[in-house]
Amino acid sequence: MPTKLSARFCSFVLSLFLIAFALPAFAGPFEDAVAKFANDDFSDTDEAIGVVAGSGNKLAFPIISALQDGRLMADPDTKKVYVTGTDGKSIDAATGEAVASVPDSASAVRLNNRLRRSVDAALGSLTLQSPDLVARLQAAQSVFKSHEETALDPVEGALAKETNKSVKTALGEARAAILLFKSDATEVQKLEAVATIKARGDQDALALLSDIGTDQPASVAKAATSAIGSIQSSLAVWSSVQNAWYGLSLGSVLLLAAIGLAITFGVMGVINMAHGEMVMIGAYTTFVVQEVIRTRYPALFDYSLLIAVPLAFLVAGGIGVLIERSIIRFLYGRPLETLLATWGLSLVLQQAVRTMFGPTNREVGNPSWMSGAFELGQITITYNRLWILCFTLAVFVILLAMLRYTALGLEMRAVTQNRRMAASMGIATSRVDALTFGLGSGIAGIAGVALSQIDNVSPNLGQSYIIDSFMVVVFGGVGNLWGTLVGAFTLGVANKFLEPVAGAVLGKIAILVLIILFIQKRPRGLFALKGRAVEA
Amino acid sequence: MPTKSIHDIAASFSRRGVLAATTGLLLGLASISGAKAADDTIKVGVLHSLSGTMAISETTLKDTILFLIDEQNKKGGVLGKKLEAVVVDPASNWPLFAEKARELITKDKVAVVFGCWTSVSRKSVLPVFKELNNILFYPVQYEGEESERNVFYTGAAPNQQAIPAVDYLMKEEKVKRWVLAGTDYVYPRTTNKILEAYLKSKGVAQEDIMINYTPFGHSDWQTIVADIKKFGSAGKKTAVVSTINGDANVPFYKELGNQGIKAKDIPVVAFSVGEEELAGIDTKPLVGHLAAWNYFESIKTPANEKFIKDWQAYTKNPKRTTNDPMEAHVIGFNMWVKAVEKVKSTDPDKVIDALPGIEAANLTGGTSKMLPNHHITKPVFIGEIKGNGQFDVVWKTPGLVAGDAWSKELDGSKDLIGDWVGKKCGNFNTKTNKCLGSGS
Repeated sequence: MPTKLSARFCSFVLSLFLIAFALPAFAGPFEDAVAKFANDDFSDTDEAIGVVAGSGNKLAFPIISALQDGRLMADPDTKKVYVTGTDGKSIDAATGEAVASVPDSASAVRLNNRLRRSVDAALGSLTLQSPDLVARLQAAQSVFKSHEETALDPVEGALAKETNKSVKTALGEARAAILLFKSDATEVQKLEAVATIKARGDQDALALLSDIGTDQPASVAKAATSAIGSIQSSLAVWSSVQNAWYGLSLGSVLLLAAIGLAITFGVMGVINMAHGEMVMIGAYTTFVVQEVIRTRYPALFDYSLLIAVPLAFLVAGGIGVLIERSIIRFLYGRPLETLLATWGLSLVLQQAVRTMFGPTNREVGNPSWMSGAFELGQITITYNRLWILCFTLAVFVILLAMLRYTALGLEMRAVTQNRRMAASMGIATSRVDALTFGLGSGIAGIAGVALSQIDNVSPNLGQSYIIDSFMVVVFGGVGNLWGTLVGAFTLGVANKFLEPVAGAVLGKIAILVLIILFIQKRPRGLFALKGRAVEA
Repeated sequence: MPTKSIHDIAASFSRRGVLAATTGLLLGLASISGAKAADDTIKVGVLHSLSGTMAISETTLKDTILFLIDEQNKKGGVLGKKLEAVVVDPASNWPLFAEKARELITKDKVAVVFGCWTSVSRKSVLPVFKELNNILFYPVQYEGEESERNVFYTGAAPNQQAIPAVDYLMKEEKVKRWVLAGTDYVYPRTTNKILEAYLKSKGVAQEDIMINYTPFGHSDWQTIVADIKKFGSAGKKTAVVSTINGDANVPFYKELGNQGIKAKDIPVVAFSVGEEELAGIDTKPLVGHLAAWNYFESIKTPANEKFIKDWQAYTKNPKRTTNDPMEAHVIGFNMWVKAVEKVKSTDPDKVIDALPGIEAANLTGGTSKMLPNHHITKPVFIGEIKGNGQFDVVWKTPGLVAGDAWSKELDGSKDLIGDWVGKKCGNFNTKTNKCLGSGS
């Protein structure tokens, strides 16, 4: 069988031929590049990323994504590089062979910001056709930002196959970004690119158009300038929407901090300087709850705030009742003494917390549903602020309903409006006083739970809110919850519209001056009410 | 991080009257204070706030000095005598600092004081140290523009922290546009003035610099973070240089993380954020943001590893972090011990004269030296925040950087030098060859 023989001979020669060429390929550019990861030098790592990403090797994606997550291990002694998978199994990065374990001398390849950008750009072109929709969208976005010419072919390839509308738009924008910076793209292509980017209309688009440089054809430069103008004017409209949102959000924080004070100061007339410390105690309760959850029931972490809310109410409320019974009740009708006593009390509480928990900040984590942001048009809305706004309004409504429709609320209003008559009607006024003060303190505690999400949890937490809280209550009108609501949102929105113009420091001063002038005109605030505060 | 001011100036004036009345008596006391204070122990004053707003930072430094004294006593003390710490609590109250300093020097007769954090507290105790002729070791990075005979500055001057950080961003990150964000008080204002002059000397245009100040404890960063984002979208690489005070940093970084500003887009380099401040934040969204310090806990040297181990054993807390001002105290303390042993006396005059030129090992593998201007040489490190609340050093200066008492970038101070060895003057003008004296 001569044919069979010759075929065998041929395949033998062929395999020899293959081996001869394949051997050097084992120490080819890809393998060299991988070995560079072990040098622990940022420039070498950068080079390696470029070569690996452009190699077309099927290991490129696992290597680069491992690099991004800190799972790429390099041994500086043997120059061997390993990819540790998310499942804990490891492979040799150069060959793809599984290894039993990564040697102890290996450590994760280090990154800096420049390398993180390279990794993003590399991953962008590698994941353009990933089956995962989110990954494709992210890839398109990172190509848009890095807009390197080498990514043009992969982008066009992906664009042809893409079926999802939003990914398609993103890919189109990425392609436009590349073309705009490609020196040999035609004028028509570039003009189209400017139009595509203009349609995107956000700050990234603006950044890209401002960066095109001077060596563009005149028509392109002109189109870009007019596109910049139109994007800027549309962003200016959005920015006042954004200011309004920021104002609402700041207002909700102010309202939350002040609403407890609206009860203790507004309804009862007690100048309670220790109000801020009740907020702090609520925040520390959240910290303790989270610590217990972290060590015992980590799965419950996302519910930690829900658990903390009633606890904070009880803890702060309990302390409030204690304070009322032991100090405040002896000082009714003596505002100056009350002020001094509660001020002293606030220092005592601060130092007590400092001794118990230490002077440094405590970490209170954000549950996953409170982290991050979403885009609404051209404005960014962060989830934690949104939830705090909802939470504040809920607390407000519940409190209002409580004062209006419960027996305790009725008694509270009765006692504050006319103590003697209330007592004659058989209401235990001193018990009502204690409960009212406890309610106000408890609500301050709840505020602490929410504020722990956006501020430091330190013994000084309360101090930063006490002045603002008094401001809101006085401005809104002592003794009226609606006044507090309107007051808080007015101050919040006014502050946020002043801040971009005057700066944060001057803005705050301006607000203070405006409030002083307003109080001159209307000493009882926005909504004046009759109550004990008026009689005193 | 010299910080916080509520009612700083007023009280230091009110004390002037009392001061004048008792000066004669106190001068008399001062002359017999110092070396002859105690028979068998040498007293060391610790002047750090243990309550009030600054306790968050200063308590650790008090513990550091107690730890160092404990270690020194295990080695047999100094000059055959045991060291004894005298701890007072100035309660974050600037006038009280001066009062407590006076108490330490006249009543307790301490040989040296380690203390202060904020610049205003340092300024408040300065007249006391001058009048009673004692020594203060000040361990915190500050705005510079000062060189006093009785004070030794072991923290970084602006050229040992701010300027190298800006250099790093320019070279490594190719930053073209700068946001200088700070809390509204003396340290950020002076540092930003120096940085602005420096950036302009490097050819950065005025419209590429945005300067922003916020009040103390600012907690609503939405507008400013949005502004930074907007400023950063002008097509040039942008970075934020932050002199934001410790407490306001947590909400600032939380807002950055939530609004999705990543370090790879707009890096933030901070001068007041260390391991202790990060302990209160989840650092995962902040990975890659930078800090410039002369020391990081994560630096692997035998000296540092031993220090961390001993410190954690001393505090009985295996998680206790270390930070930059602590290292400054370590260096300062060891320099003082060496100087005392050199002159065989704790007499402040002799020790002050002996200190310049004294060398002490720092914890990062180098040897720091006390300079004639009472500042020290230090290495500068740029660290990136890691997911575990520590820093990964990505860059360091090739050698040690000598601290400038007077900034070379500012018109008012570029000709001044501090030299307590040759010229015996803290603000010597090299152009006019004159000492400006204590008037400036």
